[in-house]
Amino acid sequence: MKIAVCVKQIPDPADPGALDLETNTLKRDVKLILDESDSYGVEMALQLAESAGGGTVTLISMAPNAEVNGLRTALAMGADDAILISDEALAGTDALGTAKMLAKAIERVEADLVLTATESSDGYTGTVPAQISELLGIPSVTFAKEITVADGVVAVKRQTEAGYDDVTCPLPVLVSVTAGVVEPRYPSFKGIMGAKSKPVENLTVADLGFTAEQVGWAGGGQKITAVEAAAERGSGEVIVDEGEAYINIVSFLEELKVI
Amino acid sequence: MTMLWVHAEATDGKVATITLEMLAKARELAEHVGCVMVGDADAVAAELGAHGASIVFSTGDLDGGLAGPALAAGLAAAIGAGAIPDAILFGTTQDGRDIAGRLSVKLDAPVITNVVDLEAGEGSLIATEPIFGGVTNVKTVFTSDKPGIFLVRPKSFEAVSVDGGAAKVAPLAVPDLGATGGARVVNRHVEESDGPKLDEAAIVVSGGRGLGDAEKFSIIEDLAKALGGAAGASRAVVDAGWVPFSYQVGQTGKVVKPDLYIAAGISGATQHMVGMKGSKTIIAINKDSEAPIFGVADLGIVGDVHKVLPQLLEALANR
Repeated sequence: MKIAVCVKQIPDPADPGALDLETNTLKRDVKLILDESDSYGVEMALQLAESAGGGTVTLISMAPNAEVNGLRTALAMGADDAILISDEALAGTDALGTAKMLAKAIERVEADLVLTATESSDGYTGTVPAQISELLGIPSVTFAKEITVADGVVAVKRQTEAGYDDVTCPLPVLVSVTAGVVEPRYPSFKGIMGAKSKPVENLTVADLGFTAEQVGWAGGGQKITAVEAAAERGSGEVIVDEGEAYINIVSFLEELKVI
Repeated sequence: MTMLWVHAEATDGKVATITLEMLAKARELAEHVGCVMVGDADAVAAELGAHGASIVFSTGDLDGGLAGPALAAGLAAAIGAGAIPDAILFGTTQDGRDIAGRLSVKLDAPVITNVVDLEAGEGSLIATEPIFGGVTNVKTVFTSDKPGIFLVRPKSFEAVSVDGGAAKVAPLAVPDLGATGGARVVNRHVEESDGPKLDEAAIVVSGGRGLGDAEKFSIIEDLAKALGGAAGASRAVVDAGWVPFSYQVGQTGKVVKPDLYIAAGISGATQHMVGMKGSKTIIAINKDSEAPIFGVADLGIVGDVHKVLPQLLEALANR
């Protein structure tokens, strides 16, 4: 079974981002890491390939620069190889443009199964999985909390507002996974050393048959007209509990007339 | 705006709150408001009409097929045939994202996501979206003349009925979906919970990783019950499998705006904060005095949830 996993390299969430006010794009001059949300898809792919008795796990990623730090993490977990679409022209590319690039790269892999997260931790548009599926002309099952594959059919427990649905679908299919679908492994020392020599193919926008004008900020079809600070929520009293702070809560609840 | 379409979602003949919220805003912005949906439109035409929709286009029952490919294909075909709305509003839900994503490919038009406000601009809607966990707002417009596709976050607008008459029901034809229609729902599971619904409760008590382990979560349920509220949880706790996803408050889970939100053992990751920052009053209990949650709390208690919560419960029981 050939599995493609879309992964994103993002600025460390612990290191808050900033908007470049001249270009209205995210500043990405910090070191990028593997989006934690994507580690679930990588783990799921590795487990599915294993239970299928073999297969390949190819990472598909896109970044304006040639960053590979996050990809090496996923390769160290056990992925076989990676395709990185990197091109300066990609700066400012929106979700649809991103999906177009990723879909073109996935076509090269001829994957039976495409895995993604439900949304990235930094952009969280949550539309890329459906967009990739539509571009590839394949079905999709989003928000999976459990996946099994047997006899060319994927069975998914799909999270819903009310609970979950059992969904089945023939391959090839795209499945987006929720955090918690599996417990991602930590890369072993051997894995980390081995990852350094695993193949990472670099592709440009032109390699995928697109021009620079079709991607980036110009290709987006939307523009930011204003950036403003949101109304700040002030904080109130903070009390260190010395055994009786619950009394403060009780009187606060009384003030609110909750009790 | 002349015409806006709102994606309607419903369960057992009851329209989802997010749909009614979007209808309230759409009514304000456009002369004509229509709904688009999958499933039984007759069952909800009265409620949608009461909230301002004059017409409901429905694909009808999909026989286990998923909404994403079917409604996107139906909408694209209708738009191609000349029924062109100024914009289509979808709720930020599982199906809303699926449909909006697929439709955006069909129309080759982008989606503006995480919308918390919409206003009329010159010939186009101006959307407001919070970024960096709500510290900054950006306003965005579409630059093409294609119908705008917006994904709206729950609790952005207030649902208000205008006592309109029932909406007219019209069929929305779904073209052959080919491979994209391959997925089938074979079984639905509803995870029941007692008490008020999380996103509708006036009081929400949420627990986080600071509780230590799954067994300790019962104290959150107990406090929620004692206050007549609903229990919620941070993503960390849901990911760890302590409680079902239906408990999750945050970017990926439910957006709540209760009168009172109590966060116990929750540090306040961005992911969580965007789902509860709109609460009227917030009480936070956490042992780390540096936890970001204290930055939005009206009352912050730096302490051990395992000590403070039992004491609080006992005090409430003795009243």
